[in-house]
Amino acid sequence: MSQPESALAEAQGGGRAPESLAALAERHGLRRAIARPSMPAYLRQLWDRRHFILTYATSRNVSKYSESMLGQLWQVLTPLLNAAVYWLMFGVILGQSKSIENYPAFLITGVMVFTFTQRTVISGAKSISSNLSLIRALHFPRGALPLAYTIQELQQLGYSMAVLVLLVLVTGEPVSWLWLLIPVTLLMQLVFNIGMGMFMARLGAFMRDMNQLLPFITRTWLYASGVFYEIDDRTKDLPDFLRWALEFNPAAAYIEFMRDLLIYQRFPERWAWVTCLFWAVFALIVGFWYFWRAEERYGRG
Amino acid sequence: MAELTKELSQVAPQDSKTQHPETQNSNDVEVGTPTVIVDDLHIVYKVYGSAGDAEKGNAASALMRILRRQGRPQMKEVHAVKGVSFVAHHGDAIGIIGRNGSGKSTLLRAIAGLLPPHKGAVYTNGQPSLLGVNAALMKELTGERNIILGCYAMGMTPNEVREKYDEIVDFSGIGDFVQFPMSTYSSGMGARLRFAISSAKTHDVLLIDEALATGDREFKKKSQQRIKQMRESAGTVFLVAHNLDVIEETCNRVIWLHKGKIRMEGDPQEVLEAYNKA
Repeated sequence: MSQPESALAEAQGGGRAPESLAALAERHGLRRAIARPSMPAYLRQLWDRRHFILTYATSRNVSKYSESMLGQLWQVLTPLLNAAVYWLMFGVILGQSKSIENYPAFLITGVMVFTFTQRTVISGAKSISSNLSLIRALHFPRGALPLAYTIQELQQLGYSMAVLVLLVLVTGEPVSWLWLLIPVTLLMQLVFNIGMGMFMARLGAFMRDMNQLLPFITRTWLYASGVFYEIDDRTKDLPDFLRWALEFNPAAAYIEFMRDLLIYQRFPERWAWVTCLFWAVFALIVGFWYFWRAEERYGRG
Repeated sequence: MAELTKELSQVAPQDSKTQHPETQNSNDVEVGTPTVIVDDLHIVYKVYGSAGDAEKGNAASALMRILRRQGRPQMKEVHAVKGVSFVAHHGDAIGIIGRNGSGKSTLLRAIAGLLPPHKGAVYTNGQPSLLGVNAALMKELTGERNIILGCYAMGMTPNEVREKYDEIVDFSGIGDFVQFPMSTYSSGMGARLRFAISSAKTHDVLLIDEALATGDREFKKKSQQRIKQMRESAGTVFLVAHNLDVIEETCNRVIWLHKGKIRMEGDPQEVLEAYNKA
């Protein structure tokens, strides 16, 4: 039983020439455990965890509806009911439909596109704070969590898009070759959402009141994004810079882009392309950087 | 302990760097390389939401607090580990015992690098991993999906998952239940599956927190066998358990934590005897 005794002796530095534990550690090449990896290393770690990210996203989607009787059917029913409610409110009761041609398609496109970003923002903000036990039990790049939540929303979007395309066809719009560009705009929006999700994940992790505030923020955003009305039409009397700000709003940009393709059958203007691309790249870089800066602090304290 | 010494000499350091005089103590027995060094470790963490008696979820009092510009009284600091030092070597299986709230689990998390030290440091070789995949599993999902999810959460590749899948199902002994949601499992079955999943991966330094508390006698035996294997391949195993038999059978060293400090440390029999008297 020499070993525990020797270890104890080492631990207390007693008996023999005292050597600090730090020096002992250095001599054996042991390192402190906590450190933030460099950005390239971090990206590599995330890539290595891609199977976990995908499986986690799918699993969450499956388990979400597993308790309900209709099960996975809700993935289609939820966007359909959403569209129905908004159409009833803004199309029938408030009578917006007169000034905008094919209002149901206009409205539902806006709702679906906005919901994708809105849900990513809300769930991204919870991705760290509601997974503390997982963070405290296992090692993995924490960015995997907001990424998984965004992928989960993307999977939901798949159903919403099918519903959307169907409804647009039902309302009498023709199929157009421009529809081939739909994946392109969805990709830009996805990249934007990934960045937003990561940004919100850090905010939500350290500002505990964020989850209470977010529904109000996203609802304000919803009303400012021209989901129910045409921004051009309503902002004629506003000063230029305000109009410009409203048009530059990323949610509005992605919505307009999708409406151009789906309903108006016109190739989006250069301005729209620039805005959508800018927001995607900007959000991705800022979101990733901001999230990564606090990597070693998630789940602590 | 003769076999232990033999075992230790097998895993004795080959690295020239490690051939240093610290191993030449009075008995001249070669000691394994240090794998984990804990140096005067203090862990303090903040707890939210543990409100005092006067105020519990009351909006008016929360408002008063903000008006009076007081901080958050619900935020408490807990000094869970107070100056712990020890050195763990290759081939060690170290049991950590102590009452509830003595800082055992906190110490494990700190060794795993999941909690930052307030003072002092933990030095490790490689990545110590906590045997605790539980948090990644979802009870609404089938055992099958959970096995895959858990394996990925621990960082396995798809090939490794395919390789280990049958072994995990066999080891857990849940049979056809693997097709059912985990919410339908008995608590013993759930514990077995969780242990089977989390022990499927090999680790350098392994930290086990109360994994063996549940399960029947047969499974207990199987899991002890598994821990022994892991200890041989892992190098160092830390084990927290309230079941002292498990510690006595699996560990070659015991640390007794009391209120965040080491009360006693050394041979399992001696420490356990003292612990039982206390």
